[in-house]
Amino acid sequence: MRMETPLKRVRGLGSAESGAHHWWLERMLSVSTLLLFVWFVVSLLRMPSLDHAAVTEWLAEPLVAVPMLLLIASTFWHLKLGLQVVIEDYVHEEGMRFFSITLVNFFTIAVGALALFSVLKIAFGGDAS
Amino acid sequence: MHRNPSRPLSPHLSIWRWGPGMLVSILHRVTGSGLATVGAIVFTWWLAAAASGADAYESFVGHARSWYGVVVWIGLTWAFFQHTASGLRHFVMDMGAGYALPTNKFWANVTVAAAIVLTVLTWLYILGVRAT
Repeated sequence: MRMETPLKRVRGLGSAESGAHHWWLERMLSVSTLLLFVWFVVSLLRMPSLDHAAVTEWLAEPLVAVPMLLLIASTFWHLKLGLQVVIEDYVHEEGMRFFSITLVNFFTIAVGALALFSVLKIAFGGDAS
Repeated sequence: MHRNPSRPLSPHLSIWRWGPGMLVSILHRVTGSGLATVGAIVFTWWLAAAASGADAYESFVGHARSWYGVVVWIGLTWAFFQHTASGLRHFVMDMGAGYALPTNKFWANVTVAAAIVLTVLTWLYILGVRAT
């Protein structure tokens, strides 16, 4: 569903040249991130123990592993968009801004991939211990 | 110079004073940036340690339970609640509501108070569970 009007072609461009889309996606991802984090935080607080066995057993359940993968995708995408907006607003020099936004993209994809892989490894039962 | 203090200051970038609205605006960005960097790294460290095995997980728990670990946890808890509360306020404002000055100030203050109260309640719960 596209909630953007043709006016965005004229007005919504911004520094990254895709302003309205970026703005709308950030809002959608904040809703999904919030819902998933409520589930995650409540689940953690309700767990009797957070030791290795309890955590890996919990993360291996399909109804935990899948929401965790969604939480990672939603959160890392949201934080990538958010950090980019902060950089666009406060880093004024063109080269430094390009470098900073590139760094945010690399950071998000690298750390997000590690988080996703970790959940998948636990879920598929490849415990190294 | 006689100025009516209930009127907003003119929108010059260099003429301003702190108010709840601008405090919450910058807090939203500071807490968001903190969660996006420190929060994302701690979260991923936890998952990667759990996936790497019991020894790596023990090492994570060792740092997490140290005094500096607890400082980071409390900081992240507060940042999470502040960013969530001011984020919910942004949803309302994105719909075009809540811009009247008294309403805007009131809800800005509410997000700051709610974040502190929720952080304290969360830690009382965590410490309470550990004690029992």
